[in-house]
Amino acid sequence: MNLNVNSVDSLVTQILGLSGSSQDVAHLNSLLKQSEDVIRSQAATFAPCLIRLDPSLHSLGYLYVLEACTAAPVPEAQANELILLVVRFIDVCSVDQIRLVPEKFISVCKRLHELVMTLRAPIRAVGPLLTAIHKIQPSPEHLTPLHTDFLQVCLLAKCYKVGYSIMEDDICEIDQPRDFFLYCYYGGMICIGQKRFAKALELFHNVVTAPMPTLSAIAVEAYKKYILVSLIHLRQFSATLSKYTSTVAQRNLRQLSQPYVDLAETYSTGNVSELKAFVQANQEKYENGNNLGLVKQVVSSMYKRNIQRLTQTYLTLSLQDIATTAEINTPKEAEMHVLEMIEDGEIYATINQKDGMVRFLEDPEEYKTCEMIEHIDSSIQRIMKLSKKLTTMDESLSCDPLYLSKVGRERQRFDFDDFDNVPQKFNL
Amino acid sequence: STIHRKVLNNRRSKASNRNPNETLRLTFVIMETEEEASRPMTDEIYTNGGDDESLSQQQQRRPIISGEQLDIEAYAALYSGRTKISRLIFISDKCNNVSMQLEALRMAYDEIKKGENTQLLREVVQKIDGRLGPNYGADLAWMDSVDRRADQRKEKLENELNAYRTNLIKESIRMGYNDFGDFYYAHGALGDAFKNYVRTRDYCTTSKHIIHMCLNAILVSIEMGQFAHVTSYVSKAEQNKTDLDPITIAKLQCAAGLAQLEARKYKHAARKFLDTAPELGNNYSEVIAAQDVATYGGLCALASFDRAELKAKVIDNINFRNFLELVPEVRELIYDFYSSHYASCLDYLGNLKANLLLDIHLHDHVEKLYTQIRNKALIQYTHPFVSVDLNMMANAFKTTVAGLQKELEALITDNQIQARIDSHNKILYARHADQRKATFQRVLQTGVEFDRDVRAMLLRANLIKHDYNLKASRKI
Repeated sequence: MNLNVNSVDSLVTQILGLSGSSQDVAHLNSLLKQSEDVIRSQAATFAPCLIRLDPSLHSLGYLYVLEACTAAPVPEAQANELILLVVRFIDVCSVDQIRLVPEKFISVCKRLHELVMTLRAPIRAVGPLLTAIHKIQPSPEHLTPLHTDFLQVCLLAKCYKVGYSIMEDDICEIDQPRDFFLYCYYGGMICIGQKRFAKALELFHNVVTAPMPTLSAIAVEAYKKYILVSLIHLRQFSATLSKYTSTVAQRNLRQLSQPYVDLAETYSTGNVSELKAFVQANQEKYENGNNLGLVKQVVSSMYKRNIQRLTQTYLTLSLQDIATTAEINTPKEAEMHVLEMIEDGEIYATINQKDGMVRFLEDPEEYKTCEMIEHIDSSIQRIMKLSKKLTTMDESLSCDPLYLSKVGRERQRFDFDDFDNVPQKFNL
Repeated sequence: STIHRKVLNNRRSKASNRNPNETLRLTFVIMETEEEASRPMTDEIYTNGGDDESLSQQQQRRPIISGEQLDIEAYAALYSGRTKISRLIFISDKCNNVSMQLEALRMAYDEIKKGENTQLLREVVQKIDGRLGPNYGADLAWMDSVDRRADQRKEKLENELNAYRTNLIKESIRMGYNDFGDFYYAHGALGDAFKNYVRTRDYCTTSKHIIHMCLNAILVSIEMGQFAHVTSYVSKAEQNKTDLDPITIAKLQCAAGLAQLEARKYKHAARKFLDTAPELGNNYSEVIAAQDVATYGGLCALASFDRAELKAKVIDNINFRNFLELVPEVRELIYDFYSSHYASCLDYLGNLKANLLLDIHLHDHVEKLYTQIRNKALIQYTHPFVSVDLNMMANAFKTTVAGLQKELEALITDNQIQARIDSHNKILYARHADQRKATFQRVLQTGVEFDRDVRAMLLRANLIKHDYNLKASRKI
C-alpha cells in the first residue's frame, strides 16, 4: 500500500492513523521511505502539515516532513522560524521513533547547526544539540556525527562547561573515523578551556597517533597544540612519537610544525630570557596558528618548572635566591609564583614572610587513609573491567569471518599434518 | 708536643696500615695533656679525617712539594726514540715559560740530529726561529746527506726485498718488510711504516714473530695517535699467551691502558695500569716511563674507582707500590683522599696540574679527571652524615660557601648525592627516599597509564576495523 501523498490532508491523516503502536510505526516508516522523493520535491506544499502534527507523538512523520523542508536552502528571513521549529522538535521528539531513521535526524540537526552559524548565534544550538546527542546515542560510548557540531558551537559560544560534560564519557565505538579527528581536536580545545590539561593531552595524543592513510590537516593542528599542552602540563616534551603512529604522521608532522618543535627545544634549556626572545621572534607564526595564548602560558609555566626543580635540591631557600635562580624579576613575583603553585597543589611549601624564606616540605600524603584505599580499590575495579572488555574484543575479533579469511590466506603450510588453527574452509 | 710529633711520625711511616679511627683516638688522648687545647671537642668529632693539628704543624710535618717547575732534562731522560722528540716538542708548544720552551726545543734538536728524520728537523728549526743561535739553524748540509743516504738505503732495501720475494723465502721476506718498516719509521713516514709492519703478518711463522709485529704496530699506532689499532693489536698479541715473557706482558698492558685512557674509559685504563707488572722498569721507554704508569694509573683510579676498589687495587697493591714510590706526590694524594684529608689532597692535585698539562697523553684528560676526583671527594665527604654544616665543609675543601652550594646543587640534581640543602641555616641534610610512598605513587601512576593506553588502543582498533571493513566490503 502506498501512501497517498496527493494532498496534505491525506498525508496527515495517514500519519495520524499509523502512529499508534510500534508495529504501526514500523509500517509507517517503510511507507514513508517509499514516498520519500515525492515528499522532498514538494516540500513547500507539505510545510503546513507540520502544524497539524504533534512532534512528540508523531515524531517519525514529523521528521520526514521536517527533513524535506530543511533540505532545501533557506533564506535568512525564514531561518529564525525554522530554528524554533527544529529546537522544539528535538526537545520533545520520541526517542524510539527517531532511532528508526537516525540519518534523517542527524541531517536535521546538521541543518540546525548551519542555520545557527549563518545567524551568528551559536549559543542557540548548544542546548538542543546536547539533547539531540543524548537521544540518538545508542550508548554513552558511541560517537555520533553530532558530537563535532556540538563541540564546535560550544567553542564558539564559549560554553566550555557544557561541552566538557560530554567529554567526560569515554568514547569507544566509532562510526565514522572522520568524526573522530574533529571530535578529539575540539574536545581537546574545550579541555584546555576548562584547564583539564591531562585530558586534553590524551585527546590530542589520540589524534596524532590515529591510523591515517594520508596526512590530515586536523592532525597537524592537533600536534601543534599537543606540543604546547605537553609543555604547560608536563613541563617537558619528547619528540619521539609512539611506534603505532602511522608512517605518514611520523615522517611529516615534525616538519610541518617546526616553530613549535623549536620552542620545545628552547624550553628544555631552562633559560627564561632565551625562551622569551624566541617567542618574540616567532610571534607571527604563533598568531597565524591561533596559538599565541597557549604560547604565553608556556612561557609562564617555565617559571614553575624552574621552581619545581629547586624543590628537589633545597630544603629552605630565600625568595631572593629563588628569584635569581629561576630568573624571576623580583622576590615579590617569585613569592606570587610560589603561592600559586602551592594553591594548585604542585609543590608543598610554607612561606615565612618575616625572613623571606620558603621552606619546601615533603608530600604529606601518607597513603594510609580510607579515601586512598577506596581510590585504589575503585581504580582496580575499573581496570579489571577494561581488561575484560579487551579480552572480549579479542575473542570477537578471532571469530570474525573477515579476519579469519585474511589469516587463512596468509598462513604458511608446512606439513599436511600440521595443527590447523584456522578451519579449512577459510583457505583461498 | 714532642709526644705529639712522635705519634705523627709513626703515623706517616705506616702509611699502608693507616687507620683513621685509631689515630683520632690517640690524638684525643694527647689533646688532654696539651695545654693549648683551645678548640672545642665538637670540632674534632665533626671535622672529617681528624684535622687535629694546627696548620703550621701540618706544614712542618709534610714537606709540601709545590710541584716545582719541570726539570726537562730529567724528564726527557726517561724516554728514548721518537717519543722523546714528540714529548719535547709538545712541551715547547704548551709551555708558557720561554726559557723552558727553548730548552725543550734545544734538546729536541739534538735528539733529532742523532736520528735520520729531516722533516722533524725542519719543523723544530721553524719553531726555534733562530733564537738559539747559529748552531741551531737549518743545517742544510746534514739534511742533504741524510736524504741521500736514505735514498740509497731505500734502493738497497727494495732490491733485497725483490730478490727475497722471487726466492719465496718466508723468513727473509718478513725481515725485508720489517727493515722497510724500521726505515720508514726512522724517517718519519709513519703511515708507510705501519703498512710495512702489517705486511709482515703473512710471513710470520712463529708466535714470536707475531708478537714482534704486534709490538711494532702498536708503537707506530701510538705515535700516529690511532688508538683503535693499538687495542686490536694488543689483543692479537695477547692471544699467544705461552710465548709472552713478563716484560712483554707489561708492555702490552701499558699500551692497552693508554688506548683506554685515550678513549676516556678511565676505569678500564686504571685497571690496566694497576695490573702492570713492576718488571716493566724502563724497558718501554720508547713509549712510556714507569712514572707515567704510576701517575696515569693513580689518577684514573682515584677518579673512577669506588672506595672498596681503591683500597683493594691501589693501596693494598704491592706491585703497584713500586710504581708509586717513583711519584711520591701521587702516592700522598691517594692516601690523603682515602683517609679523607681532602684539603691536602686537593692541594697536591692543584700543584701537579701545571706539569700534568705538559704530558702528551694526559693533556686532554686533566680537567675531566680533576672534576671527577673533586666530585668524588664531595660525595664521599657527605656520605656518612645525616647532616653536614656547609661552613665546615667549605673549610675542608678550601672554598666559599656559595661556591660549595653551587657544586652540591649540581651533584644533587645529578642524583649523585641524596640530600637537600637548607640554604637558610647552611646545612646539608641527607634524604632517603621513602620506599613505601614511592611504591604507592608508582602503582597509581601505572594504573593511570594503563587505563589511558588501553582505551586509546581500543579506539585505534575500532578505527582500523572500520577502515578494514570498508575495504573488505568493497572487495567482496
